Amino acid sequence: MIVFSVNGKRVDLDIDPSTPLLWVIREQLGLTGTKYGCGMAQCGACTVHINGEAVRSCVAPVSRAAGKSVTTIEGLSPDLSNPLQRAWLEEDVPQCGYCQSGQLMSAAVLLRGKPQPTDEDIDEAMTGNICRCGTYPRIRRAIHRAAELASSGGAR
Amino acid sequence: MKAAKTIERREFLKVSIAASGGLLIGFHLPGMATLASAQHSTTAFMPNAFVRIGADEKITVIVNHSEMGQGVYTSLPMLLADELDADWSRVGFESAPVDPKYNHPAFGIQMTGGSSSVWSGLQQFRQAGAAARAMLVAAAAQQWNVDPSTCRTQSGTVINAGNRKLTYGQLASAAAKLTPPEHVQLKDPKDFKLIGKPLKRLDTPEKLNGQAVFGIDVKLPGMLTAVVARPPIFGAKMKSFDDTRARSTPGVRKIVAVPSGVAVIADTFWQAKVARDVLRIDWDEGGMADFDTSRMMQDFRERAKTPGTSVRKDGDFDAALSSAAKKVEAVYEVPYLSHLMMEPLNCVVDLRPDSCELWTGTQFQTIDRANAAKIAGLPAEKVQIHTTFLGGGFGRRANPASDFVIEAMHIAKAAGAPIKVMWTREDDMNGGWYRPAFLHAIEGGVDASGNASCWRSRLVGQSIMAGTPFAAMIKGKAYDPSSVEGVDDLPYAIPNITVESHQAEIGVPVQWWRSVGHSHTAFAVECFVDELAALAQKDPYQFRRQLLKEKPRHLGVLDLAAQKAGWDKPLPKGMGRGIAVHFAFESYLAHVAEVSVEDSKVRVHRMVCAVDCGEYVNPNIIKAQLESGAIFGASAALYQELTFEKGRLQQTNFHTFPVMRINECPEIDSYIVESKEKAGGIGEPGVPCAAPAIANAIFAATGKRIRRLPIRMSEAV
Ligand code: FES
Ligand code: FES
Repeated sequence: MIVFSVNGKRVDLDIDPSTPLLWVIREQLGLTGTKYGCGMAQCGACTVHINGEAVRSCVAPVSRAAGKSVTTIEGLSPDLSNPLQRAWLEEDVPQCGYCQSGQLMSAAVLLRGKPQPTDEDIDEAMTGNICRCGTYPRIRRAIHRAAELASSGGAR
Repeated sequence: MKAAKTIERREFLKVSIAASGGLLIGFHLPGMATLASAQHSTTAFMPNAFVRIGADEKITVIVNHSEMGQGVYTSLPMLLADELDADWSRVGFESAPVDPKYNHPAFGIQMTGGSSSVWSGLQQFRQAGAAARAMLVAAAAQQWNVDPSTCRTQSGTVINAGNRKLTYGQLASAAAKLTPPEHVQLKDPKDFKLIGKPLKRLDTPEKLNGQAVFGIDVKLPGMLTAVVARPPIFGAKMKSFDDTRARSTPGVRKIVAVPSGVAVIADTFWQAKVARDVLRIDWDEGGMADFDTSRMMQDFRERAKTPGTSVRKDGDFDAALSSAAKKVEAVYEVPYLSHLMMEPLNCVVDLRPDSCELWTGTQFQTIDRANAAKIAGLPAEKVQIHTTFLGGGFGRRANPASDFVIEAMHIAKAAGAPIKVMWTREDDMNGGWYRPAFLHAIEGGVDASGNASCWRSRLVGQSIMAGTPFAAMIKGKAYDPSSVEGVDDLPYAIPNITVESHQAEIGVPVQWWRSVGHSHTAFAVECFVDELAALAQKDPYQFRRQLLKEKPRHLGVLDLAAQKAGWDKPLPKGMGRGIAVHFAFESYLAHVAEVSVEDSKVRVHRMVCAVDCGEYVNPNIIKAQLESGAIFGASAALYQELTFEKGRLQQTNFHTFPVMRINECPEIDSYIVESKEKAGGIGEPGVPCAAPAIANAIFAATGKRIRRLPIRMSEAV
């Protein structure tokens, strides 16, 4: 039995502990906002937070979440009030949208550590997240924008 | 104890559903429209196939093209909403079910491709909006007992001469009783309120909180999941398999042979994949077992030395070449490429005795439905496809053979339950239907005064159309037009032009890949124009201007890109600027790239893109597509190549077939030429110029020519 929390709710699962967290989140918990892109920590589509750290859930066994708190895109802020989501809306970032959950989850960790990131900080934090549609220029703008929104009083 | 746990989990799921807005276990797909609209039928007004207006003021535009990132769920609704005078904040979208009334007006089937959604939908969606508006006005006029011509509309309301108002929602049920008009008057473009404006996309919010439903997210009650072990070599056949171990792994329901391989059906994807990993399959490797791409390229080189099928012949190339003051010859090579959509292929099928439903991100509804119906043994009308969001398409999900759909149908027959077939990234990359590899040999010369006098292109590569239902598009030509598009219409004023094509027959399935033939012809053509400019000792931009004097739209984008890039401004040492211009999908594109080369490492710093796509609908989306195209093209130019050794693909995932990442991404500036010309495409035209602009910039920086993609400085000449 593995016990952890997802987006603030307790989860109690009888499951092979080696199952990647990604598939537990998607298939057992039905939270499909977290995406599969590569299965080998190459693309970032599956990024979630475990105790606040960005983790590639496709290579993290579910046992790694035991006793911890997992946040997925559904838990970022369902009403889109997070400054990142607001900035993503303002810059109209997504195209196909498939990579964007992972982009947002990586950006959230970046902003927590560096509330006013430089372009180099963005390069470093976001390089693990591929966007095949090429939304990078807008992602960069949106992260800067989110930093502004957050510092100008938007609750985070 | 066990029961308590289950309930707890159910509770948890319910809570999550509520917390996330109701879309976790069930789903509301745009494709479920038919159901939803049936429920609203008492209050909703549906004057035609493209719009539904509810008593709640909601305007739902039904879109017959697939949303794969290019923005059709916004640009097409804009067309309709503008003519309708709708309140844009009330406008939403739904994906159309499969039905002949949603066929592409130019191509005759329901599909998304050829960068054609906006130009082909322009009249259709505007007319649908205008017709709905006319009926709402008529309903209001009837209610007020006034002449409809005394009423006007504004932002979702009809207003009469006495300034009385009725909203579209209030009028919906009365309008539903009226007969649609036969002729409608479309707006004068000067009265457009939405068309031409940089509006935000309608599908963004649900792509920011995990709610957007892609094919991979669909879950049906009782659904099982399958993965397939497919042949390691194209054309290989399964001889036998041993599933002793696989059958005993948890969750496995069935393991069955299907025409494409061996399908493992389990409760979940992960269980199916774990079982597949321990399957043992004996393959009959077939005729491609010693296929090797480097040998293939050698063959291509030999073939290019002989004349091919004539595609174009202006003047006398041979005579002009022999009298040229200077000549140059170059052989360009491009590899097979994977579309590499971010969302790997998948397909959900619910096959019942008398009907069948599919959920998938497809670009080819009509063809997929026909193929699925054949396997199901049902008439096409009994098969419905719900088109989900596509996590990228780039042409791959418009498969002439419906490969991922047909396979899912075979598995559904064996499964006896609703089934989701999932492809891993490796499966997707190994699955074929690539952009074909091409060799393009060009020879040309300039006369004594430095004018380009002759050009001969010889292309060698596989045909995309041959052997598919699209072979008819070859239309009696002895070559596949999609192999030579972009060079058959070489726009430069060169008096002697010969274009020839050699068709290669190779057992690697190939397909349209974002910008199709243009993805390779623009590279060869625009690099060679640069070589001619150097031969003539002229500036590559001015040299092109000279040869494009009679081509105002080419010139327009070329000048705009050059001017915005500051073509004449000097760059620091070690950096260079390259330019390219191309016409594709009814749009004109020019790129200027700025690169530096240091220790053989190429870095693209900036790309300036200019487009003339005629009358445009949404400049915000157009700019996004220009950025997208430039990055897609640059990724291929800098990193991507599929190679085969002993019949086996050497690349498997993003680490061996890289995509540009944010830290490598240049600054991209996009500009749109104001134009009254007929609307052109935008999803693909942004791709072709990236590679030649970068390659030409490398020459400017280093004096070395790139003639093979992906770019490797060690191969530069
Ligand atoms: S799916 Fe996990 S990093 Fe790609
Ligand atoms: S938006 Fe399509 S992959 Fe990023």
